[in-house]
Amino acid sequence: MLDFTVKENIQLNQTYFLIKLTPKNGEILTDMEPGQFVEVLVENSPRTFLRRPISVNFVEKDKNLLWLLVQAIGDGTRKMSQYVEGDVVNLLVPLGKGFTISGDAGKKSLLVGGGVGTAPLLYLGYLLKRQGQAPIFLLGARSKSDLTLLNEFEKYGEVFCTTEDGSFGEKGYVTNHSRLNRKDFSMIYTCGPKPMMQAVAKYAKQNKIACEVSLENMMGCGIGTCLCCVEKTSDGHICVCTEGPVFNIEKLTWAI
Amino acid sequence: MGNLKINISNLQLKNPVMTASGTFGYGTEFCDYMDLSKLGGIFVKGTTLHPRQGNDYPRMAETPSGMLNAVGLQNKGVDYFISNIYPNIKDFDTNMIVNVSGSTIEDYVECAARLADLDKIPGIELNISCPNVKEGGMAFGTSACSAGDVTKAVRKVFGKTLIVKLSPNVTDITEIAKAVEAEGADAVSLINTLLGMAIDIRNQKPVLSTVTGGLSGPCVKPIALRMVWQTYNAVKIPVIGMGGISSWEDAIEFILAGSSAIQIGTYNFIDPTISEKVVDGIDNYLKENKIDSIKDLVGALKID
Repeated sequence: MLDFTVKENIQLNQTYFLIKLTPKNGEILTDMEPGQFVEVLVENSPRTFLRRPISVNFVEKDKNLLWLLVQAIGDGTRKMSQYVEGDVVNLLVPLGKGFTISGDAGKKSLLVGGGVGTAPLLYLGYLLKRQGQAPIFLLGARSKSDLTLLNEFEKYGEVFCTTEDGSFGEKGYVTNHSRLNRKDFSMIYTCGPKPMMQAVAKYAKQNKIACEVSLENMMGCGIGTCLCCVEKTSDGHICVCTEGPVFNIEKLTWAI
Repeated sequence: MGNLKINISNLQLKNPVMTASGTFGYGTEFCDYMDLSKLGGIFVKGTTLHPRQGNDYPRMAETPSGMLNAVGLQNKGVDYFISNIYPNIKDFDTNMIVNVSGSTIEDYVECAARLADLDKIPGIELNISCPNVKEGGMAFGTSACSAGDVTKAVRKVFGKTLIVKLSPNVTDITEIAKAVEAEGADAVSLINTLLGMAIDIRNQKPVLSTVTGGLSGPCVKPIALRMVWQTYNAVKIPVIGMGGISSWEDAIEFILAGSSAIQIGTYNFIDPTISEKVVDGIDNYLKENKIDSIKDLVGALKID
């Protein structure tokens, strides 16, 4: 548990905010895995009781900055969207198990994100590139304005997009994108709405490509004690917060 | 530290602050955040004779100043606890109390009997008040007769401290408290969660897979406090109070209302260090008010 100071809060579109934080007392950020998350204590928001789980969007090691991409959709995230420089925020950090990165630089990884679910893929892409891979991003959203941080993603790999209204990239869902016709991937990572992830998992399974998904089941505690965020797996009900949020699709019981 | 020591029957507490079952795992989950030895005790996750998968997801709904849960006593069973968890927690420098639940009286008795053999488990808390299991659970805690029966049966096989956790989902909690006292309970703990529900108006469905679930958090505190006070005035055995405690001030209220000790539950999710803050807060309160011992504060509520 650590207090952080807000260094910057950048509004990216109507509801997306990029919040950059640094440990309040100068502590050095611990190493984080891509796909791990933090639990944010949202104060002064009367209708927000529980902490809010937010995935790690990026870690700027040299500046000791943690990036969180937040979509203001409820009272808690709306309050977070109002943070200004200097605000102090208490976090449990880092939590959960992230995406696995193999040491094989020759792997061809596809990173599929939908909406605010693109958040953890930025840091994942950065780490994959640092390892020598050339990751491919496939990002989907309702409309052009919902595709944010594209210039950041482009730093680490090729970026393909879809929008439901056709305002940017190919029209339709990520799983309809023409890039998927070339089934040349050795690994797929995905995060976004569950129907999207299930469609991606189905594609991966049909093409015998290893696939990891990041689940966002509702959480109570974030540390494995309340047993509320469970997912049905081959090992029974297990906590998404401690055993996940990232799972290999082989472990899940999804009907795909 | 002032004199925070207090006993619950044979159970010696270094202070009256404990953590509630189902909100603190087995303690191990909190080692990164706080010093467990600062606690008077830890009530570990509800344990049953046989493994339980619990209810389907979704099991949780956030509510104003609280939350609903419908976990349904997910646990790997008492034998797994004894062989895989007990070795990791037995040397914690605090009282490790196991919360025991069941579907039949025989289940409670067998589970308690197996735990009775563990040296470092000084007591159990009988959960006759879980609202989230279809059979047993709260059914035992909502009638004085069955609450008495299960207490009596477990008392025969469990010689150490026997605490019975009471349900608030009853007409008169003091009747249940008196029944378990008469059958040999060493203490009562209260309250378990209040039965509630939440609806998602977008799809017009219940939020929880079980439709109803247990409400906890600061929103239940006034009800819990009232029930503690009523129960304290109805029985002679110690009362362990809980329900929405989120600060040392809340804890003092429960002690004044008659709690010999308190449990902190849902608020552990918000602040994993809350329990040690409550210990320090109670200690300061005693010093500032020149109270020699926490025992002098139990039930010291002044009513003109």
